[in-house]
Amino acid sequence: MSEGERARLMEEVEEKKKLIANIRNKPWRMKRRLKHLKEAQLFVDKFEGALGKGKGRKLYAYKVMMMKKWIKFQRDFENFKTACIPWERKIKEVESHFGSSVASYFIFLRWMYGMNLVLFSLTFGLVVIPEVLMGLPYGSIPRKTVPREEQDTAMDYSVLTDFNGYCKYSVLFYGYYNNQRTIGFLKFRLPLSYLMVGIGTFGYSLMVVIRTMAKNADVGGGDGEDSEFTFAWKMFTSWDYLIGNAETADNKYASITTSFKESIVDEQENQKDENIHLRRFLRVLANFLITCTLGGSGYLIYFVVKRSQEFANRDDLGWYEKNELEIIMSLLGLVGPMLFETIAELEEYHPRIALKWQLGRIFALFLGNLYTFLLALFDEVNAKLEEEKDIKNASIWFMKEYFANFTANNPNETGTPPPIEPADVIRGPCWETTVGIEFVKLTISDIQVTYLTILIGDFLRALIVRFLNYCWCWDLEAGWPSYGEFDISGNVLGLVFNQGMIWMGSFYAPGLVGINVLRLLTSMYYQCWAVMACNVPHERVFKASKSNNFYMGLLLLILFLSLLPVVYTIMSLPPSFDCGPFSGKERMFDVIIETIELDLPSFLGTLFSYAANPGLIIPAILLMVLAIYYLNSVSEAYKNANNELKKKMQMARDEEKNRRNNKDSTNQVMKDLEDLLPNRSNLPPPEEKKGQIFFVEIFCERSQLVLFLGQGIIKGSQNRGYLHVLVYRAH
Amino acid sequence: MGSKHTTFRDDQLDEYQDCTFFTSKEILRLHGRFRDLAPNIVPMDYTNNPDITLPSSVITAMPELKENPFRHSIVEAFSEDGKGNLSFNDFVDMFSVLSEMAPLDLKIIYAFKIYDFNRDGFLCEKDVEETVHRLTGEELRPEERRLVSQRVMEEADLDGDWKLSLIDFENMISKAPDFIR
Repeated sequence: MSEGERARLMEEVEEKKKLIANIRNKPWRMKRRLKHLKEAQLFVDKFEGALGKGKGRKLYAYKVMMMKKWIKFQRDFENFKTACIPWERKIKEVESHFGSSVASYFIFLRWMYGMNLVLFSLTFGLVVIPEVLMGLPYGSIPRKTVPREEQDTAMDYSVLTDFNGYCKYSVLFYGYYNNQRTIGFLKFRLPLSYLMVGIGTFGYSLMVVIRTMAKNADVGGGDGEDSEFTFAWKMFTSWDYLIGNAETADNKYASITTSFKESIVDEQENQKDENIHLRRFLRVLANFLITCTLGGSGYLIYFVVKRSQEFANRDDLGWYEKNELEIIMSLLGLVGPMLFETIAELEEYHPRIALKWQLGRIFALFLGNLYTFLLALFDEVNAKLEEEKDIKNASIWFMKEYFANFTANNPNETGTPPPIEPADVIRGPCWETTVGIEFVKLTISDIQVTYLTILIGDFLRALIVRFLNYCWCWDLEAGWPSYGEFDISGNVLGLVFNQGMIWMGSFYAPGLVGINVLRLLTSMYYQCWAVMACNVPHERVFKASKSNNFYMGLLLLILFLSLLPVVYTIMSLPPSFDCGPFSGKERMFDVIIETIELDLPSFLGTLFSYAANPGLIIPAILLMVLAIYYLNSVSEAYKNANNELKKKMQMARDEEKNRRNNKDSTNQVMKDLEDLLPNRSNLPPPEEKKGQIFFVEIFCERSQLVLFLGQGIIKGSQNRGYLHVLVYRAH
Repeated sequence: MGSKHTTFRDDQLDEYQDCTFFTSKEILRLHGRFRDLAPNIVPMDYTNNPDITLPSSVITAMPELKENPFRHSIVEAFSEDGKGNLSFNDFVDMFSVLSEMAPLDLKIIYAFKIYDFNRDGFLCEKDVEETVHRLTGEELRPEERRLVSQRVMEEADLDGDWKLSLIDFENMISKAPDFIR
């Protein structure tokens, strides 16, 4: 067969292949699709074999076979992947009862679970397991043993819940890890791995969050605030097709009706002339009150942290004093949002704007709390560093004494390390472990408070309403308190802030990520059960689609904010001298420098020293700044072009409406043009839309003229002696 | 769930996978649901493509569709005879388009069909009024409904014929942020 024929045949085969790939996107009936699919497949099979004749036959046939195998593999893998996604059915059930916004919370939870699982496996596999398997066992060196004074109380339950005793000297916390450069026969470099995993945690989280944000931004689409199509959108897109429960459906009907009524009222009346000054005054007052609340909560936390430092020196503490800090923080997190909501009643914003303000304020509250907590913690760390200096001197003095005695008594032998039981050695105050303990306690109390709130706030409330309703004066179910609704924004924010604390604390307490994984797992089941059993669908059902990127944005912000303290401590605080994988070094990142000097070939070392040269880094930063500026201006240009196109379309529509309503053109340019031209004939403005629409006006004094041109349909109408002929030609 | 070999042949499953957005496991599950609607009529074995259709009253009783105000129109839009009788092919087709993996333009075409109650290829004012009526029940007064449908026509109609063609509909919907479902 000739070359030309071959080429043509190949083209056809390619076309058929494309058809097979896209056949599911075509709006055909199934039977037609199946028929076309079979035809296309037969064609491809027949002619692929024919095309393979000649020199390249074997290679071609091989390629075709590999392609088929690859497609089959991909399909099987896709099937497998879908089978692996956990909790799909549970989430769909929740969705059908409560709508897509509540389900979006659970999807977010599942996503967080996946991310935490990866972080956990990183930490566990590269830090905890090597230390446990290849490091020194418990009790062999001082940092791994409970000190003698604490040993009789080390197993007490109250001590364990405080994470002292055996918990403190375990793999959960920073202090347990040994600073040997390499351990075991594999020569695993634990300190380096610890640091790298710490940094890698942040790097991985950053990558995953940004990737999800980019994906969401794609789907969501650009501007949503355009009120071009208010009524049309309300009508065609307000129904949530995933609702399968009668009660939710009723609520959805009610909310759609309400929103229609609102829009109708907006249409019919002008905005009432409110007393602007009163409103402004009220808003300023509300903001002032809220700032006071925020300041008050910040001060309260600072005060409580100071008190807890005093408590640390006393021994006769009740349960409340020991956990005061965590209780206060959790309570603030609970009471604050409610307070904000009541104050916000003063402001009288539109509900969507009010929601944004509310979320912003809750965010500020949590952030303030977290940072005040951190600052107070830093005070403690500094105090511990001072203490450490003293103990360091003391233990050095002790060693000198011992060696002096030793050499005095046995002048011929060299000194060996004093044979003291590891439990008796004087210990420095390991500030990193203390910080880790604080974070773990905070997380645990946060978990407890959340679960208790659900239990009491939702479950108990539902029980009371259901069973007391028989013997109560007013209708508990319809009036107050009635059943609770699922608080989406509160829960999502709680999740986001919890993750922030995990990121901050996981460097000092590697076990924290494991605790979080467990927490997310149990949370999923517990909250799914609670939602189905105790909650009712929202009255105002609102969409979740745009909010997704908002929560991701929050997560990103929290990630950066939790990165800062950790990086600060790595760079500037000296590690404890006797605990943790960096003990004995000046700064934690000395591990990297040591590795570069000792382990890597020498030219890499010189390469790094060149790369770290400021002369190279500053131009690199400048380049990045320039790139950002350039991309920014390109996107501005695109936005402008977009706006221009929109304006054009709007103009075309207005023109059309005016024409239909027999009015003169309202566009000033067209008006001017009209006056200039003789016979008052309008020049046709050529408009381009999706297809191509040409407005052609023919001046004619007679009545209708119906033309048929190719694929287009033309409508004729008579108007004041002008004949407007609209030609649609869709390409 | 039944083993693959008794319900569908392998090549049938492959064909369905090519023609829809579902994986083979989902297709088998769909068959199970189809069969649950009328176990006496729908056979277990589909290897020789039996031509069984289920009437629309049975399909619209499914829990996923029960609460949907447009369920009859949906089922009619996907049925071959236009009266709502769905064969298994149409059934799979319907859920494939409604699923979250279908692309936006495909959904737009079918949404247009669903909202076009008198099946004339355009969304005229009566169609729009009917949509509003179904969405709000008897809560809105008739003149309010008429006002709403007039506003909709004004907003979305681009060519001035007081009907929404597919182009108008597509133009309007593709900008909406909430249309993904």
